[in-house]
Amino acid sequence: MTSPLEQKKIRITGPSMVTANRTWDGVVIYRTPDHGWSVNLSDAAIVRTSDEARALLAESVADDVGAVGAYIAPVEIKDGGKIRPGNLREHIRSEGVTIDLPVPA
Amino acid sequence: MYAYDELDRTIINERVSEFRDQVKRRLSGELTEDEFKMLRLQNGVYLQLHAYMFRVAIPYGTLSSKQLRRLAHVARRYDRGYGHFTTRQNIQFNWIKLAELPDALSDLADVGIHAMQTSGNNTRNVTSDQWAGVAPDEIEDPRIWSELIRQYTTLHPEFSFLPRKFKFAITASAHDRAAIKVHDIGLRLHKNAEGETGFEVLVGGGLGRTPFIAKTIKPFVPGRDLLSYIEAILRVYNQYGRRDNIYKARIKILVHELGIEKFAQEVEDEWLQMRDSALTLDDEVVEDIRSRFSYPVYEKLPHMPEELKKAAHDPYFEAWRKNSVAPHKVTGYAIVTLSLKPVGGPPGDATADQMDAIADLADKYSFGEIRVGHEQNLALPHVARRDLPALWRELDKIGVATPNVNLVSDIIACPGLDYCSLANARSIPIAQELTRRFANHDTANLIGRLHVNISGCINACGHHHVGHIGILGVEKNGEEFYQITIGGRADENAVVGTLIGPAVPYGEVADVVEDIVEAYLALRARPDELFIDTVKRLGVEPFRERVYATR
Ligand code: HEM
Ligand code: SF4
Repeated sequence: MTSPLEQKKIRITGPSMVTANRTWDGVVIYRTPDHGWSVNLSDAAIVRTSDEARALLAESVADDVGAVGAYIAPVEIKDGGKIRPGNLREHIRSEGVTIDLPVPA
Repeated sequence: MYAYDELDRTIINERVSEFRDQVKRRLSGELTEDEFKMLRLQNGVYLQLHAYMFRVAIPYGTLSSKQLRRLAHVARRYDRGYGHFTTRQNIQFNWIKLAELPDALSDLADVGIHAMQTSGNNTRNVTSDQWAGVAPDEIEDPRIWSELIRQYTTLHPEFSFLPRKFKFAITASAHDRAAIKVHDIGLRLHKNAEGETGFEVLVGGGLGRTPFIAKTIKPFVPGRDLLSYIEAILRVYNQYGRRDNIYKARIKILVHELGIEKFAQEVEDEWLQMRDSALTLDDEVVEDIRSRFSYPVYEKLPHMPEELKKAAHDPYFEAWRKNSVAPHKVTGYAIVTLSLKPVGGPPGDATADQMDAIADLADKYSFGEIRVGHEQNLALPHVARRDLPALWRELDKIGVATPNVNLVSDIIACPGLDYCSLANARSIPIAQELTRRFANHDTANLIGRLHVNISGCINACGHHHVGHIGILGVEKNGEEFYQITIGGRADENAVVGTLIGPAVPYGEVADVVEDIVEAYLALRARPDELFIDTVKRLGVEPFRERVYATR
């Protein structure tokens, strides 16, 4: 995955969301339609055009206290509307590492 | 061990309270992320995929049992019960909460541990041979000089805002265990024809996007002139270094662009003007630092104690002893490497329970001292040979006696896409799969010394360029692919490896490595011709053929 941290021009080619890390503990969060954040990808606001994406990112970045490092990332919308991560990087962010942690949670 | 002085303790404690205040202001919104980012980086705090990551320095890889217990405490109390030892004698915690970081830093400060200069464009942790002070072939303890440089550069204004990060490594042995040739400045302690001790100075090594092997700019700099000479290098770098382009800002690029002769000349000119300045090191200063390193009071012990003779009948013990036990400068003692590379485990990770147990074993068997090496393993530096069998049983119980040190499953790997926000591809699962493929100790022994190094992106934290087999994660159309190089090495004969062909997908990496190893076994001239020597003799072509003939 080319790191989205190198995201410069905003142009999306499919359904997307905005994700970031929560400032106080770093946990992965998703921008929600009611202008808040959720730890569940299923709550994410979905955008489908580059203009919408830009607007969603702008309001997300504006919340500098709550979130850090906001960026746009792809999602897949499954039959029935279920939101799934659009690439491996987002899959790992949303589901956790792909390995067994040395100490089971 | 090294005893910090009052000044160090004051600096560390001030840093903690400063950072506590900065975190508070960040969480209240008084500081924006833009303002805060540099402050957190100065304290070793990065943002990763799932959380903040906290990098803590282990200067020249030396830890006391008390310090290791405190690292275990931080892992347990503030993280998820484990830590990751890195290739630069640091430990990283992957799940730290920003709000709790000041407490973690404060707990570490109590035992003289800090995270200063573990990130940012300054002089980073000055690394050294993990066998410093105990290796039989060493000129003198290189940590004295590491410590001098650490003190001199820590918070030094000129070194705090360099064009880019800056890394030193020092060795005092003929065999380089500190990878000095892939550092911005590498120092090799040696004796000149007159029998005086001094430094061969190498500059411009580095990995990352553009790998370079460091070149010698001065074969001999006497110890008293070391700091003025380093200052001269840094001045030339500060004067010419490219601040405009992050990819060109490392000293290696400057050395490459100016040419080594011109660079050496510039440094020489600069140095001649200042060599007799206040930076000249008095013997007293060096002696003062030397006196802060304490060495154990060794006993007079036999080389072949009864305990060892008896244990020699146990093939499992013998396999471990031959692999993980190295000669010590004092008769009757040994250096023991603890493998953090269990079959199927993430390279370099240790759990809090393991760290506590290792700290206890260090107290019992190694005068309370532990070392951290760049290969992401630990070592107990002062073990009486009579204690080896007992120690081995204890190490085995906690899973750090895998007899694979320097073998194919002793893999260096960066966190990769499982943790790292810059990654293209995963590193850890590739390493895990390889350790499973080569789990059979007899096979691994038959193959002999072979270093596999894996990085999840071009930043090269996993040293892939200098792996005998190097694996680099790249991305192709959203899929994980891996470029494979062979023939690299990081020791005194360091070279950058050569690409063998097109990148291969995730699922094929372990097969390719197996093919390369099989090709080597078929091609080697003698059973003791190392992989790296076979590649040197034959070049990459026969390996390329073998790997791509069927792909
Ligand atoms: C997970 C968080 C990490 C981040 C964000 C990170 C970032 C980076 C970056 C950006 C570079 C390239 C800098 C340059 O070439 O100027 C680099 C280099 C390096 N990193 Fe990391 N790194 C991380 C973890 C690690 C770990 C876990 C290790 C050890 C296993 C490590 C060891 C190194 C080394 C040895 C280099 C050498 C390249 C050089 O300086 O020549 N890093 N890192
Ligand atoms: S090499 Fe790349 S993926 Fe690996 S830790 Fe470094 S920055 Fe991350």
